[in-house]
Amino acid sequence: MTATDIQNGPTGAIVTADGQPLKVSLARALRRQRLFALALVAPLFIFVTISFIIPIADMLFRSVENSIVEEILPETVKALESWDENSGELPDEAVFAAMVADLKVAKANRTNSKVGQRLNYERSGMSSLFRGSGRKAVRIKEGPYKEKLIKADKDWGKVVTWQVIKQFSPNLTPGYYLASVDAMQTPDGSIQFEDSEKAIHTKLFVRTMIMSVAITITTLLLGFPIAYLIATQPAKISNLLIILVLLPFWTSLLVRTTSWIALLQQKGVINDFLVLVGLISEDGRLAMIHNATGAVIAMTHILLPFMVLPLYSVMKTIPPTYMRAATSLGAHPWPAFWKVYFPNTVPGIGAGAILVFILAIGYYITPELVGGTSGTFISNRIAFHILNSLNWGLAAALGAVLLAIVMVFYLLYDRIVGIDNMKLG
Amino acid sequence: MNSFKTALIAAAVASVAAGAVTSVQAETELVVVSWGGAYSASQQGAYHDPYMAKNPGIKIINDDSSNAAVAKLRAMNEAGNVTWDLVDVVAADAIRLCDEGLAEVIDHDKVLAPAPDGTPASEDFGNLLVSECFIPQIVYSTTFGYRTDLLASKPTSVCDVFDLAKFPGKRALEKNPINNMEWALLCDGVAPDQVYEVLGTREGVEKALAKLGTIKDSVVWWSKGAQTPQLLADGEVVMGSTYNGRLFAVIEEEKQPIAMLWDWQVFDLDGWIVPTGTKNKAAVMEYLRFATDTQRLADQAKFISYGPARKSSAPLVGKHATLGIDMAPHMPTDPANAKTTLLYNYEFWADNRDDIDERFQSWLLQ
Repeated sequence: MTATDIQNGPTGAIVTADGQPLKVSLARALRRQRLFALALVAPLFIFVTISFIIPIADMLFRSVENSIVEEILPETVKALESWDENSGELPDEAVFAAMVADLKVAKANRTNSKVGQRLNYERSGMSSLFRGSGRKAVRIKEGPYKEKLIKADKDWGKVVTWQVIKQFSPNLTPGYYLASVDAMQTPDGSIQFEDSEKAIHTKLFVRTMIMSVAITITTLLLGFPIAYLIATQPAKISNLLIILVLLPFWTSLLVRTTSWIALLQQKGVINDFLVLVGLISEDGRLAMIHNATGAVIAMTHILLPFMVLPLYSVMKTIPPTYMRAATSLGAHPWPAFWKVYFPNTVPGIGAGAILVFILAIGYYITPELVGGTSGTFISNRIAFHILNSLNWGLAAALGAVLLAIVMVFYLLYDRIVGIDNMKLG
Repeated sequence: MNSFKTALIAAAVASVAAGAVTSVQAETELVVVSWGGAYSASQQGAYHDPYMAKNPGIKIINDDSSNAAVAKLRAMNEAGNVTWDLVDVVAADAIRLCDEGLAEVIDHDKVLAPAPDGTPASEDFGNLLVSECFIPQIVYSTTFGYRTDLLASKPTSVCDVFDLAKFPGKRALEKNPINNMEWALLCDGVAPDQVYEVLGTREGVEKALAKLGTIKDSVVWWSKGAQTPQLLADGEVVMGSTYNGRLFAVIEEEKQPIAMLWDWQVFDLDGWIVPTGTKNKAAVMEYLRFATDTQRLADQAKFISYGPARKSSAPLVGKHATLGIDMAPHMPTDPANAKTTLLYNYEFWADNRDDIDERFQSWLLQ
């Protein structure tokens, strides 16, 4: 056989040294490469899926999930199907019998208070109704169930109790989302909004947006000159400045927040100083903490590095020759800066602003400690529902609304500035 | 010099040997969750250290997560991996954990030691056993402290908190309706035994908020128990509510010019629950029998000014471990301090907390 024979193979197709057709061999090599690349990406992909995508999906699902009522009161839910909740009449004996049966099972499984707690989010008093009735239902051996159950607790004789149970028996509920915009569904199905003075979530959402924008603007105003200074200094000085910018990262968040309290409070360092030099009187001490001002100041300080760093990394790449060229062509320093230098920093401003804004929206410990009543964020409410009231459904709905708002801002940003323009370095 | 060297080597060898011994014997690690700070320290001194000294096979690990215990336990339970063995919670949280099936039901007389005179545990704790899952340790109260040097006269009633003319200055109140609403109604002329009846109605809630509204502009709202002592010490507020043990620390240990106002203090309980699904149930029960006996509960009062939950412990309360002062007069349960008191109404707040809290928070935003 000649060399050409080996290369072309018996059939005339091009083959490799081991006799495989070139096409197959090439495909295999490419596949191996692709698998290798995939294997390299896989750990990150799995990590992101498990720690990010799945929890968020789970959270979104929690905000509509409501299987607990049907799970714990299956007979009652079935029996209530034929009851007209708008009739103004109590359900019939069969429903009461089903409730007693369900309560007995629930009491044995210790789930009666659990469903009571769920329904208590919708109507106060459900918690003790179910906790107390679990014990009492066990003692009801035979009918008439209606009479005996109402005797056990007079709340069972109220139509609204049954309306709430029926309204929240489906497995999915819009209730949490309605609550997150201060609305609720009345038993007849119409949606009713809370009086504006009693509304809480919409107010907090609006405030969170306004305060986060304010914090973004103050970090930009303070961060831009710092970043410019660092970017234009020789390496020796700029390295030191960078360390100073990063220094707060090495201190606990709580320490940074509480030191602002020591500085800003009415008997604090700044007020003491202003009184000492006679700028304000003893009675005119400024209220700079436990209000929105305090929250903006403390959070601006905490989030400043997130603005400075992207700005610096972008400014670093702008050649100083641009400015020199502009001035040598006759531009005054200000137009040269504004028309030549500044447009080049926009990608950094975009990156910094997005970072700061998104971080600000989610902060809760700093506003909790220094925000008083006028500086709290929606995240304080979310934390409350996660940690204290255990109303995770509502917390999830509030979180989902917040997520949606961030998405809207992101799309707006993309439309106005263009996301491709963003540069982190 | 030589003997010093020998002693040093001997000490080193001994400590290594001791380390080796304990590492062999420490087979069971109990994760005990509590509040951290001075409170965990008091438990360490009164319960953990003596127990570990008696049982070298047990190692107790502290976790300061009690303020998020209910949420974390629920999450652990959903994930099917409960890593805690014993959790210190306030009674309201214990009731909720029991309701959700996240805490073990305890047979108090079987698990807990009887009093020294043989009285069964259930009688010794009496009506403080507010849940079948809950083992009370201490009675604490939420009450007021005031600056002795910044006020012209001495406040004597909780209603002085609402009197800006006589007691000008800022006040610290918890950013939470519980207790504040009760005090507001009491000072608005509602009879003590009708407070919850009134608060259970919409008009009652508005009435309480209207009363709080008279001082709203002078209130600093706190969310962590340590804030009020700090605010008082800095002179930021002239009076404020917090837990009595925190005030004891700032008055007696830090020697700040602050005094207690016990009028209408609100009693609450703090104690243990055993989480459902703990892997060391037997060991935990054994520990509980020791840590909640009459002497141990009395010992805790040496470190912190909270009253022991057992009746039989009260006569055993002695002096503070380091300050050497008599602790009995600092107990919220001391007759001189407990002339007018409220007991946290667990059932009322379990039913109405969500609703009233929502209204309270929206009132704060107005």
